[in-house]
Amino acid sequence: MIGLNLVYGMAGAVFAIFAVLALCERRVANAAFYALIAASFLIGDRLGDVANGVLVLALVAIAASGRMRRADAAPVAAARHGARVFVPALVIPAAALAGTLLFKQLPGLIDPKQATLVAVTCGTLIALALCFALLGARPAEPFVAGRRLADDIGWVAVMPQMLASLGAVFALAGVGTVVGDLIGAVVPAGNVPGAVLAYALGMAAFTIVMGNAFAAFPVMAAAVGVPLLIRGAGGDPAVVAAVGMLAGFCGTLMTPMAANFNLMPAALLDLKDRYGVIRAQLPTAIPLLAFNAALLYAMVA
Amino acid sequence: MLVLAGIAVIAGGFLLRFHPLLVIVASAAVTGWAAGLDPLRILATFGHAFNETRYVTAIYMVLPVIGLLERRGLQERARGLVAGLHGATAGRLLAGYLLFRQVTAALGLTSVAGPAQTVRPLVAPMAQAAAERQGATGDAAAEEVKAMAAATDNIGLFFGEDIFIAIGSILLMKGVLDGYGIVLEPFQLSIWAIPTAIAAFAIHGARLLWLDRRLARHTQPPGPAA
Repeated sequence: MIGLNLVYGMAGAVFAIFAVLALCERRVANAAFYALIAASFLIGDRLGDVANGVLVLALVAIAASGRMRRADAAPVAAARHGARVFVPALVIPAAALAGTLLFKQLPGLIDPKQATLVAVTCGTLIALALCFALLGARPAEPFVAGRRLADDIGWVAVMPQMLASLGAVFALAGVGTVVGDLIGAVVPAGNVPGAVLAYALGMAAFTIVMGNAFAAFPVMAAAVGVPLLIRGAGGDPAVVAAVGMLAGFCGTLMTPMAANFNLMPAALLDLKDRYGVIRAQLPTAIPLLAFNAALLYAMVA
Repeated sequence: MLVLAGIAVIAGGFLLRFHPLLVIVASAAVTGWAAGLDPLRILATFGHAFNETRYVTAIYMVLPVIGLLERRGLQERARGLVAGLHGATAGRLLAGYLLFRQVTAALGLTSVAGPAQTVRPLVAPMAQAAAERQGATGDAAAEEVKAMAAATDNIGLFFGEDIFIAIGSILLMKGVLDGYGIVLEPFQLSIWAIPTAIAAFAIHGARLLWLDRRLARHTQPPGPAA
């Protein structure tokens, strides 16, 4: 069955090529970093948990050594292909769309849970083929250009994965229940505005800490949502759950912990301020959080 | 209670601008230690989770394609498109993208766009070109427009996707409530994402139109190093 094996094989191959190219330019730290990421993609399942942990420590050591270098100035783009350059660019989203719809019909061949990732991988392969066929790229050219982008992104590339792993340690240590108990203890019973505020702000605050509204929801539902808003105040469970989750999403917009949404684009767009995307989101997130709290109160009380 | 020390480490570490990856590892170590886990168990938990979440890093496989297309003038072409559009401003373009992102996400098409797929190669250069045509040249304006393009992508995704019934967060909510004996259909949950989706479009859309007015102020005086 085709699933994450194809996705990780492709990602691993790309990072392995980046590693070789970086080594050719004597960017040793960058090369080692890419080689470790490639190893994680290609043989991570066979390494075992402790070895994967050691791999992470090695990645962190390279990143913290400060020896990873950004790319040199890029050569000037040559716009000699006209509108044809849009074709490969649009193939990836188009393949993601078509594949997501189509692959769900082929559950025996393609893992339905990974349909989108498999589709994006196929789209990338097609786009790469078009780069050679349509734009006359030399064999190494896309990878040289891609390695340059990867050098500019640097170690921030693994930050989302690192934070997700930290979340797993938090979960094992029971951080969620402790925070939930704390918030539950603060809210007096029968105080509906207080409970609504604690729930909406708690969802946002907990999401800011964990970087993920999914981690916050079970905790806040247990501490406030179910006992105080649904059972205590008789609120509609659908409203309490749905609007609470969206309050959490407002928190996602405000936190560096949600690195894949907030720090990765800043790196990808080469912003000078690592937190520039968060700063741009705050003035939308805060009024939207207030809207969600008000909507909850209007529907529950 | 002691396990909250890890949160203090991560918040303090980010605030004091230590290396973020070191801060994350330190926070994991402190949290695990406070919960009485032995160091090997902490390392194994972290390594296991790292291996299980590789899919978030897999998107970088598009870098060779994006890199090559940019070398062949993709961003310049995207800018050229804007030049042909009368009345296109950075704010209006991004507002249109916000609507596109919300609607496609609401249909479950969360991966047709994203920072690597659309924002860097297409949306940000188009918005920048429009801003320059509005007279807002210079680094500060470029930074602001690029950051806003990324922000618009996130906001469109977050406040569109929950309208789709088969998205992860809807299934999570259903699962959690099931545990309390509260049985809901995904449709009941997704319908309640609509008011917030409209509010998000109104608030962020208004900010985008306001961005156009702010960009107009960037026009003069021209930057000294321009």
